[in-house]
Amino acid sequence: MNARPLVTGLGVVAPNGLGLEEYWAATLAGRSAIGRITRFDPTDYPSRLAGEISGFDAREHLPSRLLPQTDRMTQLALVGADWSLTDAGIDAAELPDYAAGVITASHSGGFEFGQNELKALWSKGGRYVSAYQSFAWFYAVNSGQISIRHGLRGPSSVVVSDQAGGLDALAQARRQIRKGTSVVVAGAVDASICSWGWVAQLAGGRLATGDDAARAYLPFDEDARGHVPGEGGALLVVEDAEHARARGAQNVYGVLAGHAATMDPRPGSGRAPGIERAVEEALRDAGIGPDEVDVVFADAAAIPELDRAEAEAITKTFGPHGVPVTAPKTMTGRLYSGAAPLDVAAALLSIRDGIIPPTVGSSPNDRYDIDLVIGAPRPAPVRTALVLARGQGGFNSALVVRAADS
Amino acid sequence: MSAAGGRRVVITGVGVTAPGGIGVKDFWQLLADGRTATRRISFFDPSSFRSQIAAEADFDAELSGLTPQEIRRMDRAAQFAVVTAREAVADSGLDFAAVDPHRVGVTIGSAVGATTGLDQEYRAVSDGGRLDLVDHEYAVPHLYNYLVPSSFATEVAWAVGAEGPGTVVSTGCTSGLDSVGYATDLIRDGAADVVVAGASDAPISPITVACFDAIKATTARNDDPEHASRPFDASRTGFVLGEGAAVFVLEELESARRRGAHIYAEVAGYATRSNAFHMTGLRPDGAEMAEAIRVALDEARLGPEDIDYINAHGSGTKQNDRHETAAFKRSLGEHAYRTPVSSIKSMVGHSLGAIGSIEIAASVLAMEHSVVPPTANLHTPDPECDLDYVPLTARDWRTDTVLSVGSGFGGFQSAVVLARPDRSAR
Amino acid sequence: MPTTSPFTLDDLRRILREAAGEEEGVDLTGDIIDTDFTALGYESLALLETGGRIEREYDISLDDSALTDVVTPRGLIDIVNAQLAAAQSV
Repeated sequence: MNARPLVTGLGVVAPNGLGLEEYWAATLAGRSAIGRITRFDPTDYPSRLAGEISGFDAREHLPSRLLPQTDRMTQLALVGADWSLTDAGIDAAELPDYAAGVITASHSGGFEFGQNELKALWSKGGRYVSAYQSFAWFYAVNSGQISIRHGLRGPSSVVVSDQAGGLDALAQARRQIRKGTSVVVAGAVDASICSWGWVAQLAGGRLATGDDAARAYLPFDEDARGHVPGEGGALLVVEDAEHARARGAQNVYGVLAGHAATMDPRPGSGRAPGIERAVEEALRDAGIGPDEVDVVFADAAAIPELDRAEAEAITKTFGPHGVPVTAPKTMTGRLYSGAAPLDVAAALLSIRDGIIPPTVGSSPNDRYDIDLVIGAPRPAPVRTALVLARGQGGFNSALVVRAADS
Repeated sequence: MSAAGGRRVVITGVGVTAPGGIGVKDFWQLLADGRTATRRISFFDPSSFRSQIAAEADFDAELSGLTPQEIRRMDRAAQFAVVTAREAVADSGLDFAAVDPHRVGVTIGSAVGATTGLDQEYRAVSDGGRLDLVDHEYAVPHLYNYLVPSSFATEVAWAVGAEGPGTVVSTGCTSGLDSVGYATDLIRDGAADVVVAGASDAPISPITVACFDAIKATTARNDDPEHASRPFDASRTGFVLGEGAAVFVLEELESARRRGAHIYAEVAGYATRSNAFHMTGLRPDGAEMAEAIRVALDEARLGPEDIDYINAHGSGTKQNDRHETAAFKRSLGEHAYRTPVSSIKSMVGHSLGAIGSIEIAASVLAMEHSVVPPTANLHTPDPECDLDYVPLTARDWRTDTVLSVGSGFGGFQSAVVLARPDRSAR
Repeated sequence: MPTTSPFTLDDLRRILREAAGEEEGVDLTGDIIDTDFTALGYESLALLETGGRIEREYDISLDDSALTDVVTPRGLIDIVNAQLAAAQSV
């Protein structure tokens, strides 16, 4: 019941770095991957920028048997899961039956795969729809495929809470560790950069327009006007501390110490948004006070009203300029449910290396009394980090990660 | 780990929207009568498809109390979820206005989200599949809500005034069980005191029919729609697609007792395991489902002999019905032969992510009425399915403890144990 | 009777690769005509996708049992050719 959920493996597939160290080096160097979309011709759409993963060839990483039946986001997720287990030094085949599960978040499933099959259906007819369509696009596909690839038969799950889901998946992994599971591969990888996915995202009304990659996604900036989407995310190996100790785990990045999720009230209710409460309750769940938090990885919506709500939640809890705040997702774009697990990976690396990655592009608006880390990474001892994520539809999620010996 | 000693979770409100039964009362009547709601698809012309049958719900959004704006912005599955949640809330007798909204959570299961809405809108923006680069000028403003099915949880939260944790659980065809399991954990862990939990899917649209055609998972018994869903019968040839929702009010036991709530059942145990075998296939031995059942019983502190009724997944595919029969024998031993087992999919079809919650609703109603619903259309059992599947006619049967199981694409195998909260511990 | 089969092992190899890739350690270019599909790494789902592609490309319709009961490439090739011959004779 009181098992401690450690993070012992990190698998990162990010626009500015394939693999953990490549991503971290790029992030500390402030290298952004946001650019004009290449996966389809974006000319006729009002938004034309994204954080694409370039140089990923699934054939180099995965058996050809898997390729026809998987969307790009699943291919990325399978590789991320492979890397996380390798990083953890776990050979899943050696684990006892039912000792390990997979818990992922999803945002829009394998949407590009789905677009191809919808096109086949409506342009040619029902018999042109692939035998793989029944699962290749659906939200559960990454958990299913990862569990099959590694023989993980323990408790698995999939949550969808828009862009907050990645933290909810890690919280569920923490819960399963506490209930007795030894290892959970958890996190999220998303990718919906296809024209059908793009049109659906445009309808959401939060995408930045224009062609200037350096001035498009500017959270907390005076010019904040929406976000740039990206593809990728992170999968983490969450492991019972006793299990990690017994096998002599090579990496212990930290502990998942506290979590809370809230929903915003119905629009027009006049009630306060739920982000501040998520922060407070996550700290309470971790059993720590605000003074113990060394850095906040912000959700960074780059919608003025949402930036204000987040900045206020941070200043109310930590005081004006009371804690360093950063948003390295300004270099990748928002990776939907993959964004927050990637932030958790970055937070754990901040703890490991004693350095806070920067937010690029934004100059913080004076209206927000937050200490935004901009321009260059900031060396600082980091023992505890708070990661925030919000989703359209009112989802708020907050996760506290701490150094394992704290 | 178990409920005992910690916070226990009970069902105090039930809502159902199902084929042949809009609302709990009609739904139960359908099951108790052993009638089937499967028919030739009427939502679109199915004649070009291999399987042309579905269990469709005669759902009228306006009559169900949705406003024109709600109807406009919600996919059919979201509409089901909201209407069904309202029924559950009313049934619970809980005054939601008097509960701290921060302590109320929402979990909605859905396997395929707003597939029907996406299918329709894709046709428009692609001009009938002609455009590779689809045209945003033809997109409806609420298309984003279709893109991401967590909009279902949002709509339910707005409808009931919940501001606690909210999510959609999407584990394929076990979503409806896993959503209730997830909600139970939220209450046990103290993250919420009340959770409006359930599942909804409305998948009867061309893309879904086509994708199951492609793997021949649905039956093509098109000449006899009323008798097409035949779980455990030797002549079964696949499942019949369905739609619907079931939603529950889950509460912490002590507070439910304090307010004198009607308690349908305790969610006494829940577990899920994965077969790690195949995205659509099942290992014949049922080992992972059996393991989920064992762990769920353990959590409930009950033994195999305590199970009075098994609400089966019973999809009516060759593979499934043998798989779970093996799982029941493996987990319950001899008691499997003594326990009535039935599949309501014979009557209401297979509504993918929703069905797990609809089957929990059937299970608590079986407890309520001491009647076990039958497996319709079961005339000649498959010799490899040799348990008591309650053929054709409902049975009067004292039901204090129910096991409800599910199995889904992706390899998910889940089990929920429902029990009367005042049962004596083993 | 046609003297040459319209659907050959090479056609099947190509469609198998497109539909389901190649199992590691299996050489599809080898003498596989009587090798079980399972030994080649293709399970029922892969064969359903393969069958669907054959149906579309050759405009034939395979019975449900054709794909679930067939065991080897030879068996599948024979069924496809029988269908093609039947379609021709209509």
